[in-house]
Amino acid sequence: MEKFTTLTGVAAPLPIVNLDTDKIFPAIYLKTIKRTGLSQWLFQEIRFRPDGSENPDFVLNQAPYRKAKFLIGAENFGCGSSREHAPWALHDFGIRCVVAPSFADIFYNNCFKNGILPIALPKEIVDMLMEDARKGANAVMTVDLESQTISRPDGEKVHFELDAFRKHCLLNGLDDIGLTEQKAADIGAYEQRAQLARPWQFGMTQRGV
Amino acid sequence: MASPRTLFDKIWDNHVIAPQGEGTYLIYIDLHLIHEVTTPQAFEGLKLAGRKVRRPDATIAVADHNIPTTNRVAGAAGIDNPESKLQVDALERNVKEFGVPYFPITSLDQGIVHIIGPEQGLSQPGMTIVCGDSHTATHGAMGALAFGIGTSEVEHVLATQTLIQSPAKNMLVEVNGGLGAGVSPKDVILAIIAKIGTAGGTGHVFEYAGSTFRDMSMEGRMTVCNMSIEAGARAGLVAPDEKTIAYVMGRPYAPKGAAWEQAVAYWRTLPSDPGAKYDKEAHLDAADIAPHVTWGTNPEQAAPVTGRVPDPAQIEDPLRRAAVERALQYMQLKPNTLLTEVPVQRVFIGSCTNSRIEDLRAAAAIARGRKVAEGVTALVVPGSGHVKHQAEEEGLDRIFLEAGFQWRDAGCSMCMSMNDDKALNGERIASTSNRNFEGRQGKNAKTHLMGPAMAAAAAVTGRISDVRDLA
Repeated sequence: MEKFTTLTGVAAPLPIVNLDTDKIFPAIYLKTIKRTGLSQWLFQEIRFRPDGSENPDFVLNQAPYRKAKFLIGAENFGCGSSREHAPWALHDFGIRCVVAPSFADIFYNNCFKNGILPIALPKEIVDMLMEDARKGANAVMTVDLESQTISRPDGEKVHFELDAFRKHCLLNGLDDIGLTEQKAADIGAYEQRAQLARPWQFGMTQRGV
Repeated sequence: MASPRTLFDKIWDNHVIAPQGEGTYLIYIDLHLIHEVTTPQAFEGLKLAGRKVRRPDATIAVADHNIPTTNRVAGAAGIDNPESKLQVDALERNVKEFGVPYFPITSLDQGIVHIIGPEQGLSQPGMTIVCGDSHTATHGAMGALAFGIGTSEVEHVLATQTLIQSPAKNMLVEVNGGLGAGVSPKDVILAIIAKIGTAGGTGHVFEYAGSTFRDMSMEGRMTVCNMSIEAGARAGLVAPDEKTIAYVMGRPYAPKGAAWEQAVAYWRTLPSDPGAKYDKEAHLDAADIAPHVTWGTNPEQAAPVTGRVPDPAQIEDPLRRAAVERALQYMQLKPNTLLTEVPVQRVFIGSCTNSRIEDLRAAAAIARGRKVAEGVTALVVPGSGHVKHQAEEEGLDRIFLEAGFQWRDAGCSMCMSMNDDKALNGERIASTSNRNFEGRQGKNAKTHLMGPAMAAAAAVTGRISDVRDLA
C-alpha cells in the first residue's frame, strides 16, 4: 500500500446524509473481478444522465472538482453494503480523504485498507469545511496525518482524532497481512488452545455429511 | 468475582489472540463464508503474494449473488451473461486451487450464503463468523458474532484466519410482548430501525432480548438479525437457548456424539450474565408494532401500513428535510398519501432476509386461492435448494404458480439485481429484501420493503395492502 503522509488539494462538497455504497458504486458493476479502473462507475446514477452523458449538476462533473482529492460528506457516510468497490472507485477517481460527521463501520474500515483517510469530525466543523469546499479551486485544503491536522484555506488548523494503529499503518503504507504474519506464533498457540476447547470446529467444513 | 459480561463480551474474549496496538486486537475467526462477488480480488492478492488459505476446513464457498434463478441444470456453463459467468468460473477455479469446500450451483445444498450457514449447521453459537457481505449479521440469530467485511479483510482472513479489530460497544435492543395477528419478525426489525435510525447502532453490536425474541422462531430471529446492519450495527445477536440448540441438532455440519455434548455445554455458558452492562439501550413494546412498509430510500424511512407518506414541510432539520424531499421525489410519492393507496407493478419474495420456509409458508397462506393482480409481475425465489425442495414437498410451489407467481431457483436475485431479475422502467416493487436504496433493484426502481405475507398481499391486490385485511 502507498504511504499516506500529507495531502493537498480541492475538496468536493457532497452534503448527502446516509450516502450508501450502492450510490457510490451500484451493484450491477460488482461483476468485475478487478480492483482497478473502477472510477468509470463511481456515483453512476447521480453522475451520469440516462443517455450516458455527464450530469452537469453533480459536483464531481464541475471544473474545479474533477480533480478533487477530498470529499466533504454528511452523517453516516458509506452506509449499506460491505463492497470494497466503493473505496476502490473513490481512490481510482483520485479521492484520498473523506471528511464527515460520522461513517458506517465497514466503509470506514475499508478506506484504511486502500490508502484513503476517513476523518470523523463534529458536525459544526464539517459544516465549516463544507463551506470552504463550496469555494472550489480557491479552497485548497491540506491534511497532515502525522500531526493529525487539516489546514483550512485560511490557514486555520483543525485537529482530528485517529486510532494509533491505523495511523501507523497509513503513514508507513503497511500491509495488514504482513503485519499479522509476524504474529504467526501467537496464532498457532491460539489454535492449539481453541482445538482443545472447541474441537468440533476443526475440520468442520471438510467433514460434511 | 469477575464483572458480569454480555454475550458479545464473552465471544470477543474467547477470540482475542493478542493486542495489536492501542485499543486494537488480533481476533480469531471460526468460520469464513465466501461467495463469487467479493472474493476474486482477494484470491488474486493471495496468488500475487504466494500465500495459501490457512484454514480451508473453516471456509466454505457458494455462488449466490450473481447467478440466474432459472435454467440451473447446466451449472456455471449455463450462465448466459459473460461477466457473471466469469465471476462464477473464477470462484470455481479459486476454490479448486486453494482447496476450499464448495457447494456447486447445481447442488441442493446451494443457496444464499446467509441461508445455508444456519441450514447446514455450519453457523453455531459462540462462533466468530465473517463473510464479504454486510448481511452476515444474520448468523447472529444462532448466538454467533457474525459481521460483514470488505475484500481486503476477506484476503486477510483467508491468509491468516484472523482479523484486526477494535471491540464494539454493547447495545441492548429489548422488545417484550406477543406480536399481533399479521405482524411478522420483519415488522419488528423495521420498527426498530425506524425508531433508532440507520446510524443508531454504529459502533455497536446489538443484543436482541426480551420475550418477543425468546418466543420467536429461529428463522424469525434470522430475519431480525439480518437487518442489524440497516441500523448501522456491526452485528446483531440473540442469546442461544434451547430453541437454538434444538435447531442445530442433527444438521449436516453440526457436531455429533461426544462432541455434541461438549459443544452444548459450551453454548450454555454464553448468554449474558445477570447485571451485564450495555453502553446503549432501546426498548419497544411488541403490542405497538403493526405491519410496516418503507416509503423512502433507506430502511429507517418506514411506517405502519396504516400510515401515510410523511410531509417534509413538517421536518425541522434542513439536511433531514432535504433527504426526505429527495426520497419522495425519487419514490414519486406525494406527502400525506395513504400507504395503502400506493400501487405496485412488481413483487419480490426472497433474499437473505425473507426466503426461508416459514417466509414462503406465510406468503403462500395469502396467495392461496387468490390471483396476482393484473399488471403485476411476482417472483418467489427460495433461499436455498433445500428450502425450494421443502416448499415443493408442502405444495407451496403449486399455490404460488396457480396464483400466477413465478417459482425460481435459489439465489440473491432481485435483492440487488446483479442477475437478470430486476425491475424494469422504474417499476414500483413490494419487496421482502433489506434495502430500498435508489437503483438497487433496477434503474429508478422504487422499492417498498415489507414482510413476506405483506408482499403476497400486495401481489394479489396490486397495491400496498394491510395483510390483516386479507387474512
